Amino acid sequence: MDAIQKNLLKEVAALDALPVGAYNIRSNGQSAARNTTASIDIVTKEDKQGIDIIIKPGTKNQSVHIPVIISQSGLKEMVYNDFFIGEDCDVTIIAGCGISNCGGEDSRHDGVHSFYVGKGSRVKYVEKHYGEGTGRGKRLMNPTTVIELSENSVMELETSQIGGIDDTLRVTSAKLAAGACVIIHDKILTEGDQKAKAELRVELNGDGSSCDMISRGVAKGSSYQEVVIGIDGNAACSGHAECDSIIMDQGVIVATPQLKATNVDAALIHEAAIGKIAGEQLMKLMTMGLSEKEAEEMIIRGFLQ
Amino acid sequence: MLRLENISFQADGKEILKQIDLTVDDRFVAITGPNGSGKSTLLKIIMGLLTPTSGRIWLDGEDITKLSVTDRANRGISFAFQQPVRFKGLRVRDLLELAGGRDKKDGERFAHACEVLSEVGLCARDYIDRELDDTLSGGEMKRIEIAMAAARGTKMTLFDEPEAGIDLWSFQSLIQVFEKLYQETSGTIMIISHQERILNIADKIIYLKDGEVLEYDEGMQVMEHLSSDIRPAACSVLLNTQQAPCAESR
Repeated sequence: MDAIQKNLLKEVAALDALPVGAYNIRSNGQSAARNTTASIDIVTKEDKQGIDIIIKPGTKNQSVHIPVIISQSGLKEMVYNDFFIGEDCDVTIIAGCGISNCGGEDSRHDGVHSFYVGKGSRVKYVEKHYGEGTGRGKRLMNPTTVIELSENSVMELETSQIGGIDDTLRVTSAKLAAGACVIIHDKILTEGDQKAKAELRVELNGDGSSCDMISRGVAKGSSYQEVVIGIDGNAACSGHAECDSIIMDQGVIVATPQLKATNVDAALIHEAAIGKIAGEQLMKLMTMGLSEKEAEEMIIRGFLQ
Repeated sequence: MLRLENISFQADGKEILKQIDLTVDDRFVAITGPNGSGKSTLLKIIMGLLTPTSGRIWLDGEDITKLSVTDRANRGISFAFQQPVRFKGLRVRDLLELAGGRDKKDGERFAHACEVLSEVGLCARDYIDRELDDTLSGGEMKRIEIAMAAARGTKMTLFDEPEAGIDLWSFQSLIQVFEKLYQETSGTIMIISHQERILNIADKIIYLKDGEVLEYDEGMQVMEHLSSDIRPAACSVLLNTQQAPCAESR
């Protein structure tokens, strides 16, 4: 692995060396390294690009790293990763994709991650997207995340894309059975003429199911963001969605909340706000010695923290 | 030493401050006066948050009238807002560490942040990683605001009604924060206050009314000279610390 690839790995998965536990590192369309454990198996798909990650019932306090890195300009790939998580597990999954494109051709990674989470399991999923490179070729990513949560399971997602990606469509959908819970924290920053669209949709199908979705976006330069957050309440359930955005320069943000209730006991809430950085926030930090630009950077860093 | 030379400020056709000439060379100066007398405006003009309509401001012999807020902060002026600003995502430690100085090492800044938090009566362990957002009460925000100004330890610290929103049980620790700041820095503390206990420990009191400095003298002198017309409005609190502190709108 060269220095560029190592840096990408560090950016998307905070890895300086091979991780402990199960992992599959995909580099420029190939599996570069893999490790399985007694309770976590990783199998290459035979009918299409991608892997199956099979986690045995009762697996606790284990992690799986599956970062994808692309440093070859012009590489385009479509990858399917399926996660089969048994009952009564407690695992952390670190995904993420980094593209370094110094060439003239577009590089693109499209990935579909499907999660089947067994009864009573807890899953933490961290996904970071990162782009770099000075080439004319664009860095493109289109991640799709499909989640099915069985009874009383919990999944927490932390997804982020802080600049560097020219065009993206991020789709996340979840279906929840009784007592299940999904927590989604999504962060995105766009700059220059980047475009990002995100759709987060949750179906609360079982009694006692719940969701809490928080989307935070910052649009700088002349970038464009669209975010749709939807909750369908089809049972006695509770759902909360919050969409908070900071707009700067000539940036554009379109936020669309969608709540649908088909059950009288569904309690759904949506909050949305778009605005510039408050002048009083800048002033406060300037009274502590920061320049206006430094204050702005600190506020955004905190907002996306 | 701070010198205000012929400072006036007008807003919406109203004269808020009228040709104020003032030289502040004492260590602990309280500013008091009725609501609407221009106290907060005066402090904001010193910090650079408002630009005077006319006049000049000198700090230690340097004309700072045209300096930005940032430049004044870096010259050694700190400001605690009457209504603290909330931030989504930024934590208490982020701002306290910033206040503690960017030249310090990470460990030192963290330890200092915890220390000042404890001084304002908040348990560092419980608050250091809290976000400065709506989950903190007004009183908690106020104490953190005071901690931030104290943590900077600059040669001039301006407090805009620090006692407003602070419960009586915390008031003593607030006084101790000022006393410690007084002892540890060789600088000047200027506090807008209506509280007798703060006025009592001030070296001098500025009494503002209708945008003019009516008195600037040692505490007891000013207290004695306070005319009867302001006693019912402003001095009821000065003379009775058990009453709720005044809220200043500007």
